[in-house]
Amino acid sequence: MIAALDPFVGVAHMLSRPFMVDALLAGTLIALAAGLVGHFLVMREQVFTGDALSHVAFTGALGALAIGLDLRLGLFLGCVAVAVLIGLLGPAGRADDVVIGNVFAWLLGVGVFFLTLYTTSRRGANGTAGTTVLFGSIFGMTSSQAVVASVVGGCIAVAALAIGRPLTFMSIDPAVAAVRGVRVRPLGLGFLALVGAAAGEATQAVGALLLLGLLATPAGAARRLSASPWRAMWLSAGIAVGSVWAGLAASYAAPTVPPSFAILAVATSAYVLASGWRSWSLRRGVRDRQPSSASLTPNPTSTTPERRSIRRRARRLVINRVTRSDARTITAK
Amino acid sequence: MPSPLVASLLAAAPSAPALSANPVTDARELFAYPFMVAALEAGTVVAVLAAAIGWVMVLRRQSFAGHTLAVVGFPGAAGATLLGLPIAAGYFGACILSALVIAGVPRGRAGTTRGAESAVTGAVQAFALASGVLFVNLYRGFLNGVDALLFGSFLGVTASQLLILAAVAVGALAVLAFLWRPLLFSSVDPDVAAARGVPVASLSVAFLVLVAVAVAAASEITGSLLVFALLVMPAAAAQRLTARPGLGLLLAVVIALAVTWAGLGIAYFSIYPSGFFLTSFGFAAYLVAVGVRSVSEGRGRRARATRAPGSLST
Repeated sequence: MIAALDPFVGVAHMLSRPFMVDALLAGTLIALAAGLVGHFLVMREQVFTGDALSHVAFTGALGALAIGLDLRLGLFLGCVAVAVLIGLLGPAGRADDVVIGNVFAWLLGVGVFFLTLYTTSRRGANGTAGTTVLFGSIFGMTSSQAVVASVVGGCIAVAALAIGRPLTFMSIDPAVAAVRGVRVRPLGLGFLALVGAAAGEATQAVGALLLLGLLATPAGAARRLSASPWRAMWLSAGIAVGSVWAGLAASYAAPTVPPSFAILAVATSAYVLASGWRSWSLRRGVRDRQPSSASLTPNPTSTTPERRSIRRRARRLVINRVTRSDARTITAK
Repeated sequence: MPSPLVASLLAAAPSAPALSANPVTDARELFAYPFMVAALEAGTVVAVLAAAIGWVMVLRRQSFAGHTLAVVGFPGAAGATLLGLPIAAGYFGACILSALVIAGVPRGRAGTTRGAESAVTGAVQAFALASGVLFVNLYRGFLNGVDALLFGSFLGVTASQLLILAAVAVGALAVLAFLWRPLLFSSVDPDVAAARGVPVASLSVAFLVLVAVAVAAASEITGSLLVFALLVMPAAAAQRLTARPGLGLLLAVVIALAVTWAGLGIAYFSIYPSGFFLTSFGFAAYLVAVGVRSVSEGRGRRARATRAPGSLST
């Protein structure tokens, strides 16, 4: 593309296309939602749930098509329902990964069944519907679809921010959080419902097979860059949005490159760079404080500084509370 | 590139033969076709291999890594098609490479948590699948083959494929038998195993490579997305039923064989794909195992309660 020689002309050219503006609008909010939710997903070590949802998204979308409904209805209903189911199967919203594996492997088989049902029974069925759902088609979004996706994405982002504080607390130390009055189980289930909705959103941008990339890759990169939960959360959202922008622009400049691949290629590069930066800074840190070998031996119970500091603070709170109530009982006597 | 063959077979599929009331005639009809015999033979090999490797995978709680290795076969095969290489080379190359990346990256870094490790696995999987999308896009006229790569085609197994599959299966099972005792030890209690001098880290890498080899061999037949079902379902069912390693392994293989044969047999008489029947039978086996387990546990608790009425009555 000649216009791409001058970046400003290239961007102006790109923004003059309505489909591109739609894709950018929807992509930005989808990425924001996925980046925020993904951060908590990685922090809570529930990435495998995201993986399971990538198959559920396929089955949900194809199931809706097979019975003649809007694809997005099945997508969201399927993802949210299965995400909550996974939460119900395990204690405190953490199911055994073998159970998750069994459930989603079967659901994928059901998805294949729906695909056959759809392509053989519905006249005028779109023969490539299966591949579209699996690999996404953000450039194929209509304006109204883009608006709906943006609004839903914005709501997910707001909800993730709203439950962010208690969720961080209970992810780091569920027992102490429960003592402090955090309702651990409903919050875990609510979070999983949010993950389901985010998975449905991400499917519209990059496809069912690749939604894990939008959820886990930016969050994983952010985690390498910062140990502070809040900074990592915003970094994760920023990397996700940046990946979508860069990916869409790259795919616009080089039409043979599908947008899904371009977005994930940028996100993966960010991950690799973050890992490189981290190991470089770790090595430098090790050289700086060579004599104190104590900091190099990992403590299995408190592995990261964020965990340690929050746990210390929580413990102090509990101790305060216990001593205060003890004092009260003693004075009552 | 099996797609013309697959396409012709898929085109023939809707006119599926009717199931008669007599199971013996049905079975005879099944075995009358060489392609069906080849499919059953391939299914048998895949079932034994996947169940055995899957049993250890479930024991080690490595479903996520196993699933990732399973799906990266797809970009491998698509890339091999794009470059004009044999598809098997793509499957094996991509799966083994990803096994090494997943096993190699997170270790040896101070301060990495389990969350970071699973994020690596997720990143590898997502990028690999994205590359698959790119390859599919670059190779025009490939779209018919995509479904076969993802969901497999038991019904296009050639004699050479079968030969490769059998050789790989024998090799992988031999390696598994060789590593069996230390692998079991390090899976059940890695800390004690490490203290006893078992090379836990290298065993973990070796096992992931073994999973990769098994999955790559099986993917050619079952497709990248469905091989995971054969890996996890019979093994999970067997582990619900028994905790003994030898018996559990045997049970997993038996369940996998039953599921595969039943799935292929029914799929022959139906217009719906074999993957649906395979996963449904596998899931049913798992549910039955869960039910049996909870019934026997309930009976055990009740028996204990009646034996010692004072201790447990509430």
